[in-house]
Amino acid sequence: MSDNIIKVTVTDREGKDHELDAPTDMGMNMMELCKAAELPVEGTCGGMAMCASCHMYIQSDHTLNDLSDDEEDMLDQAFFVEENSRLGCQIHLSHEIDGLKVRLAPINND
Amino acid sequence: MIETDIIIIGAGPCGLFTVFEAGLLKLKCHLIDALPQAGGQCSEIYPKKPIYDIPAFPEILAGDLVDNLMKQIEPFKPEFTLGERAETIVKTDDDKFIVTTNRGTEHRAPVVAIAGGLGSFEPRKPPIENLSSFEDKGVEYIIKDPEFYRGKDVIISGGGDSALDWAIYLAERVAKSVSLVHRRQSFRGHLDSVQKVMDLAEKGKIKLITDAEVIGLSGEDKLEAITIKHKTDGEYTEKTDHWVPLFGLSPKLGPIGDWGLEIEKNAIKVDTLDYSTNIPGVYAIGDVNTYEGKLKLILCGFHEATLMVQSAFKRINPDKNLVLKYTTVNGVQGF
Repeated sequence: MSDNIIKVTVTDREGKDHELDAPTDMGMNMMELCKAAELPVEGTCGGMAMCASCHMYIQSDHTLNDLSDDEEDMLDQAFFVEENSRLGCQIHLSHEIDGLKVRLAPINND
Repeated sequence: MIETDIIIIGAGPCGLFTVFEAGLLKLKCHLIDALPQAGGQCSEIYPKKPIYDIPAFPEILAGDLVDNLMKQIEPFKPEFTLGERAETIVKTDDDKFIVTTNRGTEHRAPVVAIAGGLGSFEPRKPPIENLSSFEDKGVEYIIKDPEFYRGKDVIISGGGDSALDWAIYLAERVAKSVSLVHRRQSFRGHLDSVQKVMDLAEKGKIKLITDAEVIGLSGEDKLEAITIKHKTDGEYTEKTDHWVPLFGLSPKLGPIGDWGLEIEKNAIKVDTLDYSTNIPGVYAIGDVNTYEGKLKLILCGFHEATLMVQSAFKRINPDKNLVLKYTTVNGVQGF
């Protein structure tokens, strides 16, 4: 196994866990990782913290980078927001988050 | 009935550039867009964000890209139906299409180019169980006419500019009472709007309910009260005539999904030869289409638009041959 791969676990909306190998050397974030794994994450705005379609909950006790104003603002427009809510596109894949566990937030189909 | 050569659905960068390439072939275009302004995502979501992968522009703001495109297509006099969503498509006996909007505006053309991006932008609806039963019965997602709220009790939800601006307007001029419910204590709108809301709150003209969200609606035939969940105070109800949740817009593929087009992963399947769909005469370009190797990039959309209009020309003028002419020879006026 390469040094540049970490493991993260994503729980989908049906409750199924997906353990993913995540590269830390490609400038990727959690939204992109989920999309690459064909998990149901829209990432509408492409990762600019402008749509909240990659809303997820942090389930493990990793210390992540702080929320930017943009991310805070966007979470204000999202629904089902909890204390552990983050936008996947703002979580960068790095060694610090090896073993991270997240759960995809529900989507409002209305 | 609006008559044209190509009906373009979606006035984002890709739809706009189609006008230019069609214009070089003397084809007229009419654009339809659900948003009230041209530019699609570039204008609606990120006008102030710089884009770095437009050839020959090391850096350009999305809003400026749209302005430049509008200037570039101006010589070809495109027409627009804005603020209306393309709803239905009907094929006519003479091999044309009639596209009708949600407001009943009809457009007829031999070619339809869908450049709909991620879909049409619709208000984000909060996840409340019986929400739909109160729509237009006290719950409105868009304020069309502020006079509608004269003398009424109004509760607005949201923390952005539209929530702040409407709270100020309604509180100062029309409503009997205005409450503003927001999930956090801070607001992300323009600083002066935030200050104004704070001032009005201090004067008792706006009731600020922060650290809270609306979680329930109740009423007999129309909305009478909402349930608010406060971070520390718990749940309580508040009487109101109207609730206006302003949580921004999100794109939905919408009615286009029911047009009989082959859809894969929320996008329209096309033949990369000319970006034609499974319906002859209907093309799909830009972010709305999908094919093997698809990249959702503005630059790829421009390429798709260029090849697409060649095929459209053939369909409209089956007996004419096309010769590629360069704009450098006689300028745009030479076309």
